[in-house]
Amino acid sequence: MSHQEKDSFGAKLGMWLFLFTEMLLFGGVFILYSVYLNRYPKEFGLGGHQLDLVFGATNTVVLLTSSLFAAMSVTAIKRGAKRLTLGLLSVTIGCALVFLCIKYLEWSAKFHHGIYPNSPKLIAGPPGESIFFSLYYLTTGLHGIHVVIGGILMTWTAVMVQKGILNSTDNVTLENVTLYWHLVDLVWIFIFPLYYLIL
Amino acid sequence: MSQDTAIGQGGFWRDTGRTGIGSWIFSTDHKRIGLMYLYCVLGFFLVGVSLGLLIRLELIAPGPTIVTAQTYNALFTVHGVVMIFLFIIPGIPASFGNLVLPIQLGARDVAFPRVNLLSWWLYAIGAVIVLVSLFTGGGAPDTGWTFYVPFSARTTTNVSLAVFGVFVLGFSSILTGINFITTIHRMRAPGMTWTRIPLFAWSLYATAWVQVLATPIIAITLLLVITERILGLGLFDPTRGGDPVMYQHMFWIYSHPAVYIMILPGMGVISDIIPVFSRKPIFGYKMIAFSSLAIAAAGSAVWGHHMYTSGMSDLGILVFSFLTFIVAIPSAIKVFNWVSTMYKGSISLEAPMLFALSFILLFSIGGLSGLILGAAATDIHVHDTHFVVGHFHYVMFGGTGFAFFAAAHYWLPKYYGRRYKEKPAIVGWILMFVGFNVMYFTMQVLGMEGMPRRYYDYLPEFARLNLVATVGSWILVAGIIIVVWNLWRGLFRGEPFTGNPWGGATLEWSIATPPPTENFDEDPVVTHGPYEFKGAGVP
Repeated sequence: MSHQEKDSFGAKLGMWLFLFTEMLLFGGVFILYSVYLNRYPKEFGLGGHQLDLVFGATNTVVLLTSSLFAAMSVTAIKRGAKRLTLGLLSVTIGCALVFLCIKYLEWSAKFHHGIYPNSPKLIAGPPGESIFFSLYYLTTGLHGIHVVIGGILMTWTAVMVQKGILNSTDNVTLENVTLYWHLVDLVWIFIFPLYYLIL
Repeated sequence: MSQDTAIGQGGFWRDTGRTGIGSWIFSTDHKRIGLMYLYCVLGFFLVGVSLGLLIRLELIAPGPTIVTAQTYNALFTVHGVVMIFLFIIPGIPASFGNLVLPIQLGARDVAFPRVNLLSWWLYAIGAVIVLVSLFTGGGAPDTGWTFYVPFSARTTTNVSLAVFGVFVLGFSSILTGINFITTIHRMRAPGMTWTRIPLFAWSLYATAWVQVLATPIIAITLLLVITERILGLGLFDPTRGGDPVMYQHMFWIYSHPAVYIMILPGMGVISDIIPVFSRKPIFGYKMIAFSSLAIAAAGSAVWGHHMYTSGMSDLGILVFSFLTFIVAIPSAIKVFNWVSTMYKGSISLEAPMLFALSFILLFSIGGLSGLILGAAATDIHVHDTHFVVGHFHYVMFGGTGFAFFAAAHYWLPKYYGRRYKEKPAIVGWILMFVGFNVMYFTMQVLGMEGMPRRYYDYLPEFARLNLVATVGSWILVAGIIIVVWNLWRGLFRGEPFTGNPWGGATLEWSIATPPPTENFDEDPVVTHGPYEFKGAGVP
């Protein structure tokens, strides 16, 4: 093995391993979800009906779109189209911001109705409902933090593309950040049906 | 081979860029990072030993002795947290793994040198957070190192901060694991096939997988404890519909595999030392390599054996008991192979070998007492008694701790170009070995007789054996002091250590002492296995 040149296969291998750990992190929450769903099916159903399907569906579309643009940015940089790459990345970052805004609106509407962790309304209600919303805030909050981190990483790579540090030959960092973004998207693909749709 | 032995002059000690402390804490050289880890974990080991000594001192006689009950709770909690998360998990993989792994593979550095530095920084930051948590807020955590809910969710001590510190440490552990897996897959020298990888590297490979696949679960569990405390989510609170036993499941899904993060690298060290000091190739190389992976895999499915008394279903107990017994098979394979390696070997009883030999004995006692705990019927009797504490320390301290010192005596002279004195090392080892057995075997007997763990006070009939155990702790600590002092003094002022005095056949013995910054002047081509001493140009 030569040690001077960059090993982009190795870098991607490392990133995939890291993404495994992220999946397992969310896996812990999903384990709790499955156990408590088994224990409180009725309350989980009632809780799910209180979530706003429009907000959730819009956010799903927004995230899927952002993933598409992120994927296109990788192809663009490999073809050497710097300005196109930057444009595509900007759309991705914009989508991340839109997602967070919608999430903010959604959460504040819930807060307005007195539904938040440890709220008097939840404490007075059935235990299963409190568990459902605790898990809802935990999962979407953890996911939201990942959206923020993803957005920051996207911005950072955009700056590197702008400076020409990432270019058509050396672009594994952009590829890795995009992989991370796909993971964020993927986790949401699980959250959306579990909390909004199937119950 | 050029030998440049004075500290600060030869090899990677001669700095190429920055000077002073900056040349260490911003260095991406795996050897410097390894040494930084080494000093940190050794420092925390001594802190943990001091706390352990205080615990034993409190238990020297029934009734209050030196501390209050609350302080006692904090003592065993902090002892556990420091020893587990700051010493024994990063102990061998992060320090000796970083020092040795790339050289054994014939690489110039790990796959991601900057991530490696980040791992160390996260370790340092996590350690500082844990330390800060002891002195701020409501005082040192008093939950036991397991942070069991519901107590950890309600106690007013500074649990949130301590738990956050452990979270950061877990992140460091994950990054080290990712780095090692990638390094082993991508950075091996030409000719270094999978069956020519030294067994220490093999054990690190198995360890790294456990680090990557188990640590995220503790990360989310710790986050849950923090949110439970700050936001009152109620996920583990029975009055709010939660289930505290879920916490135990999630905690042990990580923390049992973590036991193999602790022991596997120690087994790797022993697998490297035994053949060198027996002057014989290792017996059953492939079985030892394979058994590391088997332990990592089987060990990930046995967490339930910590919870036999929590009201699990009988079928669950049966399955977990069966799986727990399975782990004994690959462990026994290793022990038999080490013993077979020594059979008709030309054994030289130098310090690394003595520590390695005591590892085999102490680990076997620990492993066999583990079977007593793994069988549900006997576990009900000794559950949460001093027997568990004794078993755990036999495996972790008698195993990994002794392997840590074996590794220190075996490899550190290579990195310093100087060595310790042999006689004090042996005297220290004898004291450690004797004190260890006096202390922990007595604790196992105490547990059999029914003394619970974590209790501040005990019945008068346990007084005599507790006194014996406490005296044992003094002998043990005397040994540790001699060993550490001898290493410290020897590495900075001892006799020169050059060439390949142990006669090892792995790659780290083929390069200059201390190793140059880039390890190899020209990339090596591997033509023989790691334990083929004859005909490999090994003196």
